[in-house]
Amino acid sequence: MIYVENKDLVIPGQILADDEYYSGRGTFKENGKVCSSLMGLVSLRNKKLRVIPLKSKYVPKKGDVVIGKINDVRFSMWDVDINSPYSGILPAFEVFGREKKELNKVYDVGDVLFLRVVDVDEIKKAKLGLKGRGMGKFKGGIIVDIAPTKVPRLIGKKGSMINMIKDKTNCKIVVGQNGLVWVKGDEDMEQLTKNIIHLIEAEAHTSGLTNKIKNKLYLAIDGELPPEEVEEAEEEFVLEKPKLQNFKEELEQEEKEAEEKKKNEDKPDIAKVIEELKKKNKSKKDNSLSYDDNSNNSFILNNK
Amino acid sequence: MMSEFIRKDGRKFDELRPIKIEAGVLERADGSAYLEVGGNKILVAVYGPRESYIRRLLEPNTGVIRCRYNMAPFSVDDRKRPGPDRRSSEISKITADALRPALMLENYPRSMIDIYIEVIEAEGGTRCAGITAASVALVDAGVPMKDIVVGCAAGKVNDEIVLDLSEYEDKEGQADVPIAMMPRTGEITLLQSDGDLTEEEFEKAINLAMEGCLEVNKLQKEALMKKYSTE
Repeated sequence: MIYVENKDLVIPGQILADDEYYSGRGTFKENGKVCSSLMGLVSLRNKKLRVIPLKSKYVPKKGDVVIGKINDVRFSMWDVDINSPYSGILPAFEVFGREKKELNKVYDVGDVLFLRVVDVDEIKKAKLGLKGRGMGKFKGGIIVDIAPTKVPRLIGKKGSMINMIKDKTNCKIVVGQNGLVWVKGDEDMEQLTKNIIHLIEAEAHTSGLTNKIKNKLYLAIDGELPPEEVEEAEEEFVLEKPKLQNFKEELEQEEKEAEEKKKNEDKPDIAKVIEELKKKNKSKKDNSLSYDDNSNNSFILNNK
Repeated sequence: MMSEFIRKDGRKFDELRPIKIEAGVLERADGSAYLEVGGNKILVAVYGPRESYIRRLLEPNTGVIRCRYNMAPFSVDDRKRPGPDRRSSEISKITADALRPALMLENYPRSMIDIYIEVIEAEGGTRCAGITAASVALVDAGVPMKDIVVGCAAGKVNDEIVLDLSEYEDKEGQADVPIAMMPRTGEITLLQSDGDLTEEEFEKAINLAMEGCLEVNKLQKEALMKKYSTE
């Protein structure tokens, strides 16, 4: 016997079904009944009941991609705030292997990074890494934060929602699974994107959202509604791992360019340094020579 | 005979004061609730689960909650000296104890939830109202819970057992029994008793208070549903 329907809004303690149903995430079993432990929407699949929360905190999971802010620079690692009850650490060797560099010259307090959760230990501390395409520091742009449970909704089915926003606003958007979203583009468009993202967050539990947002976007940018389209299949609000999209390639491209630039900048510097060193060596040699001469002289004098 | 008895404010013996609950009223808090019961005005903010700066309080296998009950200096007729006192630290403790059995924090070890209960106006029964509002705020914050805890009081005034004491009844009455419970299972998480009651009267008071709790619980659910259905 089941007491709720798919996509019903439930509250903690509400009885969802009798014993023959399985209890999934966001639910628990007590006295032969499946009950909800969260406020959220019911998801029923193959007799398995789950509750997708409307609000929750991000708990780090191995393999997630997240956006984090450097909180502190320590001797051999960075402390990273990943919008979660648990802080993340980015060990120095994840960034530059066995090489030794000064950490605060690479990333300093306040920098925002795109990271991957490499490992989560028993006390839920997240070890972060930069392995993967497009990982690294963000330059410019704004950060928008939404509830981590709404991330799949923001991305949409196969990235339909996020790609639509990207195309329309011409912004670069990166979504972290911890509910932080990085947006970069024109200043006006950044603000518009921010508002749109907040709108998606607020209405994530309603259906037909992609079309609603589409209309909003077209109205805001072109001042008119989009041309009618063949109706899309109804979307499902499912918690699935957001796929990494082409933003990575974009970012990578950008990074490559930046790196090359850096190299070009670095080269003359190195040449200069070598020259300077040579000069120094020369002058040293001169000095030493003259010194030698003097000493010789004194030696001779003494001998005399 | 019971039903004919009318109280000073015109209520029946088993009548609650008018209640208004609103969820999610504060922008910056993770969860919040505003509650009015009669002349009480209470605002609750919940933060967390979050990393705690107080290391010694953290538990390695579960999350912990911390509660602060505070009365505004202007909340009562005579000015209340601001800051914590014996009464407010007691209520802070019993509120946390009343809410704890309902929380499922196993998935958030070494984290902490802070609950701030601010009494803006007080008119009797603030501890129960505080618990009621705090659990709404906890649900709003997305904290996993077994059930929504609800608080309600019963007492004895003029030798009659009555529900939901007002400030006047609390002061002039003979006894006050505030309880908090989880409505689904009927588990009582808080039970205090102040004053003289016979065994029979005590039982009657508890039963009456539990009925009151179920009534208030309906309003809590409505408030939570309302927040998301209007959008």
